Amino acid sequence: MNWRVAFAVVAAAAVAALPWRAESQPRHLKVGFVSTLSGGGAALGTDVLDAFNLAVRHLGGRLGGLPVEVVVADDRLDPDVARTAVERMLRRDRVDLVTGIIFSHVLLAVGDLVFQSGVFYISPNAGPAEYAGEQCNALYLNVAWQNDNMHEAMGHYATLKAYETAFILAPNYPAGRDALTGFKRFYKGRVVNEVYTRLGQLDYSAEIAQIRAARPRAVYAFYPGAMGVNFIKQYAEAGLMQQVTLLVPGFSADADVIRAVGKPMVGVYNSSHWALELFNPINRRFVEDFRRTYGRTPTLYAAQGYDTALAIDHGLRATGGDISRKAEFRKAILSGFDSTRGKVRFNRNGYPVQDYYLRQVVELPNGEIVNRLRGTIFRNHGDAYVSRCRLPE
Amino acid sequence: MPAVLVVEQLLNGVQFGLMLFLLSAGLTLVLGIMDVVNLAHGSLYMLGAYFAATVASATGSFWAGVAAGVLLTAAVGVLLEVSVLRRVYTRDHLSQVLATFALILVFNEAVRMVWGPQALHISVPPELARPVQVLPGLPYSAYRLVLLGVGAALAALLFFLIHRTRLGMWVRAGASNRSMAQAMGVPIRQVFTLVFAVSAALSAVAGALLGPILAVQVGMGEDILILAFVVIVLGGIGSVKGSLLGSLLVGVVDTAGRAFLPPLFAKLMAPEVASNLGPTLASVLIYLLMAVVLFFRPRGLFPVHS
Repeated sequence: MNWRVAFAVVAAAAVAALPWRAESQPRHLKVGFVSTLSGGGAALGTDVLDAFNLAVRHLGGRLGGLPVEVVVADDRLDPDVARTAVERMLRRDRVDLVTGIIFSHVLLAVGDLVFQSGVFYISPNAGPAEYAGEQCNALYLNVAWQNDNMHEAMGHYATLKAYETAFILAPNYPAGRDALTGFKRFYKGRVVNEVYTRLGQLDYSAEIAQIRAARPRAVYAFYPGAMGVNFIKQYAEAGLMQQVTLLVPGFSADADVIRAVGKPMVGVYNSSHWALELFNPINRRFVEDFRRTYGRTPTLYAAQGYDTALAIDHGLRATGGDISRKAEFRKAILSGFDSTRGKVRFNRNGYPVQDYYLRQVVELPNGEIVNRLRGTIFRNHGDAYVSRCRLPE
Repeated sequence: MPAVLVVEQLLNGVQFGLMLFLLSAGLTLVLGIMDVVNLAHGSLYMLGAYFAATVASATGSFWAGVAAGVLLTAAVGVLLEVSVLRRVYTRDHLSQVLATFALILVFNEAVRMVWGPQALHISVPPELARPVQVLPGLPYSAYRLVLLGVGAALAALLFFLIHRTRLGMWVRAGASNRSMAQAMGVPIRQVFTLVFAVSAALSAVAGALLGPILAVQVGMGEDILILAFVVIVLGGIGSVKGSLLGSLLVGVVDTAGRAFLPPLFAKLMAPEVASNLGPTLASVLIYLLMAVVLFFRPRGLFPVHS
């Protein structure tokens, strides 16, 4: 057989196989999972994906009774790469819903694409203000938080502690601007400087010098992933830890950052909607099995990934496994589902109304460094934009 | 503006500049002497960082990691020169760009396969993980002071090698007129291999030393390679003196831009505009600098070829 014939046979077989395969499995759920799985944000996406898979395994390999197939793509923190991946998922793989994105600017670049295809986007992390107000969408749900929330909690905490002055920093991208807007909304002291750095910047010597010169009472820094690791390490190396109180959101003080920074960050206060020791059966099973399966302590990102699968499962159960019954699916999730944080309810814009806690990084007697729950900052806290969203309840 | 802040930002700028010099010195020699556009230079920097991080965490000694990283990367450099680059010396620049760009992809994928996609975080050696009082009211990271020292020492060593030794004379001769140097009996082939090994070793020093400050990750070479190219174009291709001056300029201008432009803008315009425009302009400042220098001196600050 010459190669032309061989090629023709293989091509014909491949074409013939496509529709046939789709028909043989009429009822299964195809999840498009786009996330940051390489570079400085890799730890975040990996945690969400691992925990999502763990939840699916806990639910017997099914969500809402349907067998699950997860199509995974790495966005490499690049909106263009994400767009291409999502387009392929929607057109070629024909996924039933999309999830996984970590960074808000990546989500904002692909959101319209997903919504126009009539497919749900269930966000495990990115919660831009854009989708909370006028541009809210019936196909959008966020199981984690609105971007401002964690920072509002820390702003409120800084006010409670009566820190008169604060120097605040974040990366220059939508979630960074949401972060500092959120902090300022609840911080009543004086902001001495508001600095936006390049997304992905790893050397903070110039900013740390500015902090030293400004002599604020407190520093508030929103840096997720590798940016947080570097900022906190350099902050400690510059000797600022003893001079200026460092406040961070939970993103910059979770297990991933603690693993890399270690002892210098013991004592740092941070805000979170989730904590390792939250006492409910779902969280206990999640924390224990995550540690056993992946050999590391789960982060809040992991909890969100786990909850994303639980939310989808909850919504599908209400519609008998039919995701095309969109209004019912949405309504079932909005009215609340049981998560690692207990029962989570939502506003009409698809963002949660929940408690926000204060945590502190502590060193246990056995030398392990973990976050400990220290109290509750907000109860049943929603976002600031929901009044501008015109969707029905 | 307090003087201490200016001094600290100057230290930061010079430290960044010296690390950039370690990278651009090799790049400018390879481009100036061998006439090869080596885009894979950033990959050698990445390899240096990965080798150093791996050996450092295996042996527990940061400096053993740096030494191993430099030696291993120099060895990879020699292999690369003998196996790939030698074949593209006589080709045009486009083929060289294609070949070395392919090398970037190969190295990135290879590193991803060996070390995984997640960034490695290595710590500053514990004896240096503390601030040192440089001036009254100015504690400065001990590790960054060591970087300053190592960068300055290597720059001095490189100048001595190039301007005071026979080998350096060959290198300079090769840079200004290759065929003439060859006709005068300079063993060009060996000099090329040696220059390539030295340039790989220098970029590995930068990678290994910057590892604890930045993060060791796939693609770390490309970000800094762009800056290294800006430096050698600024300084004049083939000139080590030019690349030192260019590096320091880029380091100081970049740091000063990030530190002083946003507050300046905040005084001049509305805060919403300033918070957007300040960081954006700060990040393009070095390219503006390059454009201005090239306008007045199209061949860079210290042109080598006549």
